[in-house]
Amino acid sequence: MSGITATPAARGIPPRLLVRGAILAGIALLAALPLLNLLPAGSALRVSDFTVAVTGKWICYAVLALAIDIAWGYAGILSLGHGAFFALGGYAMGMHLMRLIGPRGVYGHPVLPDFMVFLGYRELPWYWLGFEHFPYALLMALLVPGALAFIVGWLSFRSRITGVYFSILTQAMTYALMLAFFRNDMGFGGNNGFTDFKELLGVPLNTQAARSGLFYAALLLLAGCLFLCRHIVSTKLGRVLVAVRDAESRVRFLGYSVTSFKLAVFTLSGMMAGLAGALYVPLVGIINPGEFAPGNSIEAVIWVAVGGRGTLIGAVLGAFSVNAVKTWLTSFAPDLWLFALGGLFVAVTLLLPQGLVGLFRRRAR
Amino acid sequence: MTKRQGLYLDGVSVVFDGFRALNNLSLIVDPGELRAVIGPNGAGKTTMMDVITGKTRPTAGTVRFGDHDLTRMDEAAIANLGIGRKFQKPTVFDALTVFENLELALKAPRDPLSCLRWRLNAVSRARIGAVLEEIGLAARAADLAGVLSHGQRQWLEIGMLLMQDPELLLVDEPVAGMTDQETEQTAALLRRIAGHRSVVVVEHDLEFVRALGEKVTVLHEGTMLSEGSIDAVQNDPRVIEVYLGR
Repeated sequence: MSGITATPAARGIPPRLLVRGAILAGIALLAALPLLNLLPAGSALRVSDFTVAVTGKWICYAVLALAIDIAWGYAGILSLGHGAFFALGGYAMGMHLMRLIGPRGVYGHPVLPDFMVFLGYRELPWYWLGFEHFPYALLMALLVPGALAFIVGWLSFRSRITGVYFSILTQAMTYALMLAFFRNDMGFGGNNGFTDFKELLGVPLNTQAARSGLFYAALLLLAGCLFLCRHIVSTKLGRVLVAVRDAESRVRFLGYSVTSFKLAVFTLSGMMAGLAGALYVPLVGIINPGEFAPGNSIEAVIWVAVGGRGTLIGAVLGAFSVNAVKTWLTSFAPDLWLFALGGLFVAVTLLLPQGLVGLFRRRAR
Repeated sequence: MTKRQGLYLDGVSVVFDGFRALNNLSLIVDPGELRAVIGPNGAGKTTMMDVITGKTRPTAGTVRFGDHDLTRMDEAAIANLGIGRKFQKPTVFDALTVFENLELALKAPRDPLSCLRWRLNAVSRARIGAVLEEIGLAARAADLAGVLSHGQRQWLEIGMLLMQDPELLLVDEPVAGMTDQETEQTAALLRRIAGHRSVVVVEHDLEFVRALGEKVTVLHEGTMLSEGSIDAVQNDPRVIEVYLGR
């Protein structure tokens, strides 16, 4: 492995406390957005509904980026299919939101979602049972992506499938899931997916209260994941992961089971991505098989590369900055976006191997 | 180091497809002894290490470590007995500090959850500190292993072996590629380590072996050719014949 990425503690720059301060400041800044949204229209500091909604979406993306970074940046596991875990979490929440629509659907069926009535379903498929309960749906948003990550990881790591082979495998995984979810007879709404959600936890989704609530929930998730990941990488577990990334066989030789370490971090990463997807769906109001598109997963990896992999905070910065550019660029030249993304990736790889965080570090020195 | 055990090889032969890699080799290393093993290429030095660590099974002969019959044990069991082996090419974790490298090698539960909960206690800290002193890297403890010189990396690797508290340390060509000064320091390091534990060093570099200043065993064609002090060995006509040719 090239590119020595040290733990901040080892490098001394930037000092851990400084980073913690910056994180808290960032969270406080984000937390202020929904409050500024409450200001009367015309006020100079007022933040639009659109800004709050878009920022909420980016926060979910930042959690996905974190999930990728702890696996890729620390343990060297490059997944190009993390969008699948995100989408599965999203579908779990989507199923809950669909069940909450109840008889308010177009067909007015008391139990079945519209697409099931349309497709001639007589009753709910067994795997839809329980999703009317919010805690169950949330648990599934955590467990289903976690289980998939565990199974894919177990099969791969046990057979010592690493590097680019693992990346290709995960691409195939998300592609296969996309094709499966496109099928109407899967019972997940086919290519239309789920939409027309009405409410969550009794709060109508088109209200300011719901928007702020979801925004704060996402922010809480991001803060929680960020502190959890920072804690993990500061322990011996984190150092073993770095050692696995740089010299896997040597770690094995020291008596550590590399498979169980990789499996642990990959499963955790899948679960984080799943929760991010679960909050993303009520924020954007739709989930469809397009979320499984391989391109989505690759884009998320680029956020991490741009921010600086193996730094955690870089993943968050990368997710925000790349998506900010995307939102700005696609507002007037949507066709240019993929070229810009590709160019950005090449430029970062050539000029900023440690991403945006590397830029700050160089400045600090 | 409660019970101290010696290494005992008697009449050991290893035959690969009719080729005798070791031929009736006998060798005794006392507890705490430092022993250098030299010999031309193909003399059987590496095969001897493989037999001791359980990587290769001898075709005939006895291999004992204290009361333990090593020919009946697998590699992991032999490693757990306290026989550590340092391979030629050093592999340390570049992105971790010297201290952290040693910490990973420290005897402790090796599963992810234990590593997550792991707290460095005073005993472990002292243990790492002692090894840092022993390998002469105490001043570099907080530096990344990636910035160490080649020689320092070798010492760190030896230190990682010491963390596992071996009774017998097998060291394969430790000074290959080192500067003269590093070679000298490595000799001093191995002399320090011996005494607490037995050390067997396989080496080509005769200057280094002289610097170790201990008993030397010369292997040739899988068998012991000569044994004694470096001067005695260098003046042995059979050794001169093998090394210089007739």
